[in-house]
Amino acid sequence: MTEIPEAFSFSHTKQPSGGVHDGVVTDVLCPFCGCLCDDIKVTVTAGTITGVENACTLGAQKFLADTGRLPKPIRRDEDGWHEISYDEAIEYCVEILKNANRPLLYGWSSSLTEAQAIGVHIAELIGGVIDSTSTVCHGPSILAIQEVGHPGCTLGQVKNRADVIVYWGANPTDAHPRHMSRYSTYVDAYFMHNSFRDRKIIVVDVRRTATADIADEFLQITPGGDYALASALRAIVRGRDDVVPAEVSGISKVQMMQVAEMLKNAKFGAVFFGLGVAMTRGKYKNVRNAIELVDELNRFTKCTITAMRGHWNVYGSNEVFTWISGYPYGIDYSRGIAYYNPGETTSADLLARREVDAAVIVGSDVGAHFPRACCEHLASIPTVLIDPYPSATTHLSTVQIPTAVNGIDAEPGTAYRMDGIPLQTRQVLPCTTHFTDYEIFSRIYARLKEEKGA
Amino acid sequence: MMHDATIHPSALSDILIKNAYLVDPIQGISGERVDLCVSNGVIVDAVSEHAIVIDADGALTLAGGIDSHTHVCGTKVNFGRYMSPEDMRAGRTARRGVMYPTSGYTVPTTYGNSYRYSKMGYTTLLEGAMAPLEARHTHEEFAATPLQDMAANALFDGNWNLFEAAQQHDYRQAAAVIAWVLRAVKGFGVKLTNPGGSEAWGFGDDLASLDESVPHWDVTPREIIDTTIKANEYLDLPHSVHLHCNNLGMPGNYTTTLETMDIPSALNDRRQTLYMTHIQYHSYGGSTWRTFRSESLAIANAVHNHPHICVDMGQVMFGRTMTMTADGPMEFRLYTLHHNKWSNHDVELETGSGVIPVYYDRKNLVNSIMWAIGLEMALLIKNPWQCLLTTDNPNGAPFVKYPEIIALLMSAAYRDEQIATVHPSLGKRAPLPTLDRELSFEEIAVMTRAGQARALGLIEEGKGHLSLDAAADIAIYPIWPESMDPAAEYEDIISGFSQTLYTIKDGVIVCRDGKVVQKIENKTFWSDAYVPPQYDVEKNPRFVEMFDRFYSVQFRNYAVQDEYVRRGHPLVRTGKWDTEGGG
Repeated sequence: MTEIPEAFSFSHTKQPSGGVHDGVVTDVLCPFCGCLCDDIKVTVTAGTITGVENACTLGAQKFLADTGRLPKPIRRDEDGWHEISYDEAIEYCVEILKNANRPLLYGWSSSLTEAQAIGVHIAELIGGVIDSTSTVCHGPSILAIQEVGHPGCTLGQVKNRADVIVYWGANPTDAHPRHMSRYSTYVDAYFMHNSFRDRKIIVVDVRRTATADIADEFLQITPGGDYALASALRAIVRGRDDVVPAEVSGISKVQMMQVAEMLKNAKFGAVFFGLGVAMTRGKYKNVRNAIELVDELNRFTKCTITAMRGHWNVYGSNEVFTWISGYPYGIDYSRGIAYYNPGETTSADLLARREVDAAVIVGSDVGAHFPRACCEHLASIPTVLIDPYPSATTHLSTVQIPTAVNGIDAEPGTAYRMDGIPLQTRQVLPCTTHFTDYEIFSRIYARLKEEKGA
Repeated sequence: MMHDATIHPSALSDILIKNAYLVDPIQGISGERVDLCVSNGVIVDAVSEHAIVIDADGALTLAGGIDSHTHVCGTKVNFGRYMSPEDMRAGRTARRGVMYPTSGYTVPTTYGNSYRYSKMGYTTLLEGAMAPLEARHTHEEFAATPLQDMAANALFDGNWNLFEAAQQHDYRQAAAVIAWVLRAVKGFGVKLTNPGGSEAWGFGDDLASLDESVPHWDVTPREIIDTTIKANEYLDLPHSVHLHCNNLGMPGNYTTTLETMDIPSALNDRRQTLYMTHIQYHSYGGSTWRTFRSESLAIANAVHNHPHICVDMGQVMFGRTMTMTADGPMEFRLYTLHHNKWSNHDVELETGSGVIPVYYDRKNLVNSIMWAIGLEMALLIKNPWQCLLTTDNPNGAPFVKYPEIIALLMSAAYRDEQIATVHPSLGKRAPLPTLDRELSFEEIAVMTRAGQARALGLIEEGKGHLSLDAAADIAIYPIWPESMDPAAEYEDIISGFSQTLYTIKDGVIVCRDGKVVQKIENKTFWSDAYVPPQYDVEKNPRFVEMFDRFYSVQFRNYAVQDEYVRRGHPLVRTGKWDTEGGG
């Protein structure tokens, strides 16, 4: 529950809570991707997870290969890393944020909405920037939605109705392995007798992926050809195939006509798109064109489009940031109001311009994913990483504060699925040694309020 | 997650409001000077000598405002924000004292909504439409709308379990489903938005009449409405069924609206049996946009003949706004007219929704007629308890336009001035220019709080009036009725209702001269209706099968946990199961 309490009472040592030491926990939310599968069964033996049912390989690994956690907060000085207490780590964080002119709070997609909400309030209090992993992920998709809107639906709607499913620039077999069996291709449908046989699958990608192998129609486009293909399909759907050349983006007109016909004749079409659309040349314009194709199809039949959100609760970060600040990511509070201008107020841009003078990275591996110039700048300023595990970002940081893992040993809280459905996590293991990110940010916020006299 | 309760300094103090010019229709007070005593959050008959003293000096004093149909929290509201950075930029404010920064004009951020409503004296809001599956989102935003008590209508227009009960005309089974869902999602009332139509929209269709069957379901809107109303009354819920009629926004739709009014008989003596929301959008004549005209006279007459029906205006005001509704097919039609950005969000087994920005243009004849119809409803319906003031915020206009609407209703001169600026053919299509009624302060008080309290069943909860023991939710406006003529001084009416001198919520001064001065925590009303064990749907294999096979979330993960309604205020109802032998 994303309430901002006016006062917190703290314990300086973690109070053990919840979870099981031995037993089976059912209907657990998977803590991995934006599918947020909530039917996971986890077996715990002597305080260790020993069995995971229903999860995909990625999800199961998240539970079973939960090793190598950082036991205590660490701080780097001239002699290398040293363990410090949570109190010291939190004070360090307060100190650098209080003294910063251009603080950046980045990450948030592995956090519960409860922690995300406090993050926004911290950013507001210190006049900082808060940004989520959307900025390097489906950020362009959000920009497209801000231009043309978003005809979408919940995943259960696809499950029960969709007879034509498109995966465009997305490879769920590898990236969202249960997406097809739980929400689309393979799952039972209310309105179909034999849903697996009755559904048609269209895959658009630059290479023959494992998902392409099960497609009824595979459109192997030339890299960067997404925009042109969407335009051609829009023209055909509008009855203007006369303007479409014999081949577009490596796809023959014959195949495009066939695909357009399948989409128009669908009872319910569902388009899922990934970063293959949003993060290739053209970026948000590609997504805009795909959305407008779906708009066009709705004049003939029902069609929806959904982004394959990757990072667990990334959609929650967009939702929470929006209801508090008005904007889904890249929010700059330095002038007292909430200001949003992707390209200016987004993390990579701020870091590349070397504006940031203190950073808190939460649950995200900037070191592995950001451009070199951004990483170099992070390494030159006070940077706190709040993350259960050491990562490439650890090497850029001055302090790392480990947390309980949300969805495994952290106390229950809220996460949003890729289609906007909010669910509450279940706590599988008792939380005995690590504070949650919610607790850590609550303390940081309370301390900063004291420091600022707010 | 540990919390300490907020301590409110003024909550510890009694308050004495001297010389309040009180208008309190529920008490039958139509304007007289009184002293109001507040202690421990409620109205009392005497206060201690240490009480904070406010000398109202004859200023208009009303119970806190109640909005009985507004869209302020939840999935589609937030999508309106998310897709509209241009709107966020149009209404931003910086931190000021205890006030957080806010963004947004037509769809403000949660604190923006809360502060701006508080500044206008509002202390209670009903979110008009919550998809049950996404209820946690609504409750999360409620917690960030702190200055008003909140309640949410849960959407049932496309609920498959309800359809199956309606097919059999089995209102007891329908009641069992409704009671279960309301408890699971901490919902307050039952909302039907284009009943059956949102399910048809699942495959891109809509329904054109009350007797057309929902595709695949062998049930009609008429059956859904009828069964749901009977179920609602059987459970004895605080509020009646809250209906957004079929065919919203279509020329000629007034016939559907009239037919709908004939469905229920009077089943409740405390309040209406059916609440028909944003009636303006359902009072259209003509057969195309070219022949579009007002049918407000026919609808108002029908309201007179159906005293068990209550409507709200759904007033349109000119300018930019954001439309948002569970009526997915209607939003798509609007998109094909406006070619503006369009969002849609269908919710499995339950409902749909759409969002699209619009601009209501005073030079456009259709828009001018829409503007007129809302005002006509309020002026033609004789009993203000049957016609409440709303804009279906933000569909007709953002709620910050309420003061202008009040002025339009209180002043024929102001209406004439405005009519002169709209499309010149208005008078040929709408009766507004011929109406000379001017509403009184008492009628405005009914239409903005007392009527809402009755319609929502919240009078017993101390809302909408300032009787002894009532909630000390008080709005004191810089309006001095003893020495002003609202019909002439309408500019003062607009500025007066735009910003209170004081807004008091549960006995705490929360807003003063437009500035929020105190943080408080709100509560959430929800309906806890009894169902006898033999009707427990969790033991009904068909109900469980619906979940297991067709929802995309697990049954055990559906119900909203108590953490989301930390200050939940259940309204417990025993219903009529025993008296009618149902249990």
